[in-house]
Amino acid sequence: MEQLLQHLLNGLVLGGTYALLGIGLTLIFGLMNVVNFAHGEFYTLGAYVCFAALALAGVDFFVALLAAIVVGAALGWLCEVALLRPLRNESIDTTMLVMIGVWIAMQNAELLGWGGVAKSIPHPFPTAPLVLGPVAIAPLRLFVLVLAAALIAASWLLIQKTKLGRAMRATFQDRDTAALMGVGIGRIHAVTFAFGSGLAAAAGALLGPVFLVYPSMGDLASLKAFSVVILGGLGNLAGATLGGLLLGIAEELGAGYISSGYRDAVGFVIIILVLLLRPSGLFARQERIA
Amino acid sequence: MTRAAGFVVAAAALTLPFWLQSPYHVHVAIMAGIFAVLAMSLNLLLGYTGQLSLGHAAFFGIGAYTSALLTLKLEWSFWLALAVAVGLAGVAGFFIGRLALKLRGAYFVLVTISFAGVISLVSLNWIELTNGPLGLPGVPAPELGPWSLRTKTAYYYLVLAAVALSYALCRRLVRSRIGRALVALRENEALAESIGVDVTHYLVLVTVVSAAMAGLGGSLYAHYTRFVSPEVFLFTYTVTMVIMVVAGGKGTLAGPLVGAVLFTVLPEALRAAASWQWQMLAYGVLLVALVFFLPRGIVPRLAAALADRR
Repeated sequence: MEQLLQHLLNGLVLGGTYALLGIGLTLIFGLMNVVNFAHGEFYTLGAYVCFAALALAGVDFFVALLAAIVVGAALGWLCEVALLRPLRNESIDTTMLVMIGVWIAMQNAELLGWGGVAKSIPHPFPTAPLVLGPVAIAPLRLFVLVLAAALIAASWLLIQKTKLGRAMRATFQDRDTAALMGVGIGRIHAVTFAFGSGLAAAAGALLGPVFLVYPSMGDLASLKAFSVVILGGLGNLAGATLGGLLLGIAEELGAGYISSGYRDAVGFVIIILVLLLRPSGLFARQERIA
Repeated sequence: MTRAAGFVVAAAALTLPFWLQSPYHVHVAIMAGIFAVLAMSLNLLLGYTGQLSLGHAAFFGIGAYTSALLTLKLEWSFWLALAVAVGLAGVAGFFIGRLALKLRGAYFVLVTISFAGVISLVSLNWIELTNGPLGLPGVPAPELGPWSLRTKTAYYYLVLAAVALSYALCRRLVRSRIGRALVALRENEALAESIGVDVTHYLVLVTVVSAAMAGLGGSLYAHYTRFVSPEVFLFTYTVTMVIMVVAGGKGTLAGPLVGAVLFTVLPEALRAAASWQWQMLAYGVLLVALVFFLPRGIVPRLAAALADRR
């Protein structure tokens, strides 16, 4: 029982960051109809910015996190304006190829810039775990969980409560009508991509100190983000949040009770099973697959 | 015109080992041949049905592992192992084809990626069978009756035969009723279905053929490098195949061949000038550039240029 509780808590920490990844991807996917295979690369970027800020510049952890979000969002914005905007009327397959190209280019640029050796990010938290009744958690992980929750809440507020969020929801529902009502589609797309990329970078900056940072870390992050989106349904913010938590917990349970070598297989199996049995996602009310 | 060009290409391919001076050049030719089989296999799916498989390295790896394991552990002959490798990759293709029955576009891509991910993890973790990350060294060279195909020249002709066979198969397939059904599926699926094309049936069929061809490439690769490790599942292989098909011209018969030769010879020629990472970085940039500037690929572009001059 205690073991189970511990696995659930660890899963929640992982799941929070998966949810951040998933929210970014589901917005880009749902709103822009772009399959962003480079999503994981923004996660890697965030982790490296965090590493550079903490290990090289020696700044505060919060500043490092903020820097990661800003750099991720800026590069995402650039990516949208330079590559996706000219292709807005092309098919989904065309933009998918472009994003695959961006993925390969970004990953190898990181490999060239930082080298293939995994780096560990020094963090200011004590390593002794906090014991909370039957479970224990490292202070860093608790911090990751709290910040992930805060970022998820902030995203939710942005989408539901602001004028910008309303414009984003309108664009998601019907792009042409939204444009007729005076929503600047180009700006919304750029903001969405920058926002999603910033969230992915935040996830990387949060998980970077927990694990190691290396150039190909984004591959698995991309796939996990896709598992979350598929679990939660396309363009579904609450679905992505729940899906992220579910995936994190499922992975921890799989690693704990089956075999740690197959931890990452959980996400793959989820993708295949959900697409097979319930292709509109676990929480969607309507069929959304084109 | 095309017939004469085809004849010249065939004659050049048949006499190639006599023109090439060093074994290294023959090695590059062999790798180009193996990648030509893989690129043609991917082109069947991407070029003719419009479905992108990003898990093609899985079929390649299944072929490589099956062939290596059967010849190493059960001491089967190469030819029997090759046949089983092709068959097993085809079965995996059937499995994916059935799974992807109703999935298109991005969802098909995700299922193929996930499948490759699972298979790759199995090859890393099932150590009793696959020897884990250490891989399987000492895969025997094939023999043909009393002759060993150990030399590079002999292996070149084996690979050339496989390329010719795959090309003939693709040609036969796409120029038949099946090929027309596939193009109909790519262009307008709803319309194709409405006039009675059993879309899913053809999609499964072509996935099986495509996977079997990738398995053929895998088996040839295993017995050529004589070593198989989980690296055969590397995403790099899939990326290379995609670049070859997109650059050469998807949905054309000659495109994957041109792409395979170009993207095996170029990286080797540039090896001294640029490291492997720089090349992969260039691949990424190139893929983006191709979409913007040469969306249909080299072969259709050349064909259009030739037609204009006439």
